[in-house]
Amino acid sequence: MLEIKNLHAGIEGNEILKGIDLKVNAGEVHAIMGPNGSGKSTLAQVLAGKEEYEVTQGEVTYKGKNLLDLAPEDRAREGVFLAFQYPVEIPGVSNTNLLKTALNEIRKYRGEEELDTMEFLSLIKEKMKLVELDQKFMSRAVNEGFSGGEKKRNEIFQMAVIQPKLAILDETDSGLDIDALKIVANGVSKLRSKDNATILVTHYQRLLNYIVPDFVHVLYQGKIVKSGGKELALALEEKGYDWIKNENMKEAVTQ
Amino acid sequence: MSSTEVSKIEELANKEYKYGFVSEIEADSLPNGLNEDIIRQLSAIKKEPEFMLEWRLKAYKHWLTMKEPHWANVKYPPVNYQAISYYSAPKKKPTLKSLDEVDPELLEVYEKLGISLDEQKRLTGVAVDAVFDSVSVATTFKDKLNELGIIFCSFSEAVQNHPELVKKYLGSVVPYTDNYYATLNSAVFSDGSFAYIPKGVRCPMELSTYFRINAANTGQFERTLIVAEEGSYVSYLEGCTAPMRDENQLHAAVVELVALDDAQIKYSTVQNWYPGDKNGKGGIYNFVTKRGACRGVNSKISWTQVETGSAITWKYPSCILQGDNSIGEFYSVAMTNNLQQADTGTKMIHLGKNTKSTIISKGISAGKSQNSYRGLVKIAKKAENARNFSQCDSLLLGDKCGAHTFPYLEINNPGAKVEHEATTSKIGEDQIFYLNQRGISTEDAIGLIVNGYCKEVLAELPMEFAVEATKLLSVSLEGSVG
Repeated sequence: MLEIKNLHAGIEGNEILKGIDLKVNAGEVHAIMGPNGSGKSTLAQVLAGKEEYEVTQGEVTYKGKNLLDLAPEDRAREGVFLAFQYPVEIPGVSNTNLLKTALNEIRKYRGEEELDTMEFLSLIKEKMKLVELDQKFMSRAVNEGFSGGEKKRNEIFQMAVIQPKLAILDETDSGLDIDALKIVANGVSKLRSKDNATILVTHYQRLLNYIVPDFVHVLYQGKIVKSGGKELALALEEKGYDWIKNENMKEAVTQ
Repeated sequence: MSSTEVSKIEELANKEYKYGFVSEIEADSLPNGLNEDIIRQLSAIKKEPEFMLEWRLKAYKHWLTMKEPHWANVKYPPVNYQAISYYSAPKKKPTLKSLDEVDPELLEVYEKLGISLDEQKRLTGVAVDAVFDSVSVATTFKDKLNELGIIFCSFSEAVQNHPELVKKYLGSVVPYTDNYYATLNSAVFSDGSFAYIPKGVRCPMELSTYFRINAANTGQFERTLIVAEEGSYVSYLEGCTAPMRDENQLHAAVVELVALDDAQIKYSTVQNWYPGDKNGKGGIYNFVTKRGACRGVNSKISWTQVETGSAITWKYPSCILQGDNSIGEFYSVAMTNNLQQADTGTKMIHLGKNTKSTIISKGISAGKSQNSYRGLVKIAKKAENARNFSQCDSLLLGDKCGAHTFPYLEINNPGAKVEHEATTSKIGEDQIFYLNQRGISTEDAIGLIVNGYCKEVLAELPMEFAVEATKLLSVSLEGSVG
């Protein structure tokens, strides 16, 4: 579904991603872990098409298309979804309005018929249960005055409604208490299927207790330095990121 | 109201229809220029009673002593008042055979606003077939109003058929000495609308210039007078969200509202006259005086405006809160793009006890435009326990435009409570990216954000108007995203 080859990208002349290679197939869940500043969020933003980041080298193929050629909205319409680390507030625009516009734009792009209000409302009612959100939530302005946990749950709720092919969750677990974490993780797990793929960007292992990944990759200084199964996350938890740092140092020295 | 009165009004209404405004538009145009003679001729063409002519002449004489004001935050070349024809029979627009003959750019805008095909034809002057019979719509509308004793007609008709009402209220809110443009309007106004809601009547439908036959060509000096008698209610819609092409550059209208005891007037405007092209060429100068008097106790006047048109807007819909417990409201969205300039706001003059006013102003500047809010809140010495809340927000798109706020407060009663809040914000790249990431294009994203920002004001508009205004805001912003 997604193939990243030798991706280099940066912002304002600073190179942050220094040659990423990653292949994600339908049905898989990949976790990308790494210490602060390793480039995890940059990777998420570059895949979503944030303009400030400049891709200097490499290629990204998504469903056979050059992803980097697509405008951010077209990537979304093609099924790429980013759950933001810091969801923005949009005063005066209700959650309902945002989601209805988004969903219908995506449907239009795919040549599907737009949902009418009744169909839309019954869809969101069903999806709201998934993340245990209250109906009141829908008439509130997007993320305005939401707690950290509500913002994150809202991201997963939007994902549930939009039903992406490739979901990238950027630090969705940060700032969540254990109950909220369970709700979010549960929601994500329920949305897993053999047709879609998920990339979990996270600093901590604890999310992976609830969403069990097929692969774990460790990102350090803009490169994936280690890949493995779910046990890699546990090893990281135990030994800390210093383990990776030290290993890399050794490697650099021997080279 | 007695049945004889009702039938009398019906009779008058029928008479108007036969001999009124329709036949008058056959008159010739007056030559360019402004002098006493022109005003006499204008009044004669309109077969006005003596008091009307006298009033016009007084205004003209006063106008000669006045200087054009230049305090507003707008710039434009001088207007030559002698180069204007102050009366021209409404030009008969050439009737086109089909929409194929209409400027495709205009049709595209209509399409985006969701204006029906028949309506598009009406607006562009294409011969309309029997499906959309605006005359019959208007007639049914009139019958219904007649039954309730509501008078709703052109200003010219009112002068002919209800001179006592015109004499009593004309200039009672905006005197002919008021300001340069209002005085000019008083001398030369060509036509406009008149509405009178009798005691205790709640007008069952939105009164709209749209439904008034012959209303389309009221000219550049329009005069509107609305009187709401004790305990009555009326909601009045001015304008039309479809873009209007207009040959006149200077528009100096006057609107006067009078609300007596327990009466309520809601006045909504959508203004989208030609703003000029991207380089600031052409476009309307819209210099309007709008004022409402809450003359009675417990009366209420609300102004709601969505302003997206005109090259220059100079407009301050105001309320004089004379009656005790009276309420004034002003809800405004002013959007400027390209080289447009807007200096708009309100005046709330608190005279009575326990008077309340609310001001919600939302300015949106894009392109290289300049957008100013100018507002006065005045609390008179005797206005015990007066309250005002003002909120003035500015939203900037891009970095070449300007937003300015000029709030004036004159508080002469220590018991007054006046609050003013102001914010300036930019549409964040982050907000746009967030919406892009949900599959929404940048243009639609900006439309969503802007409409969200204007929500409090749009919520005050009658439903159908609000839907169109929402689309209009998006259309007006087109091309403003670099």
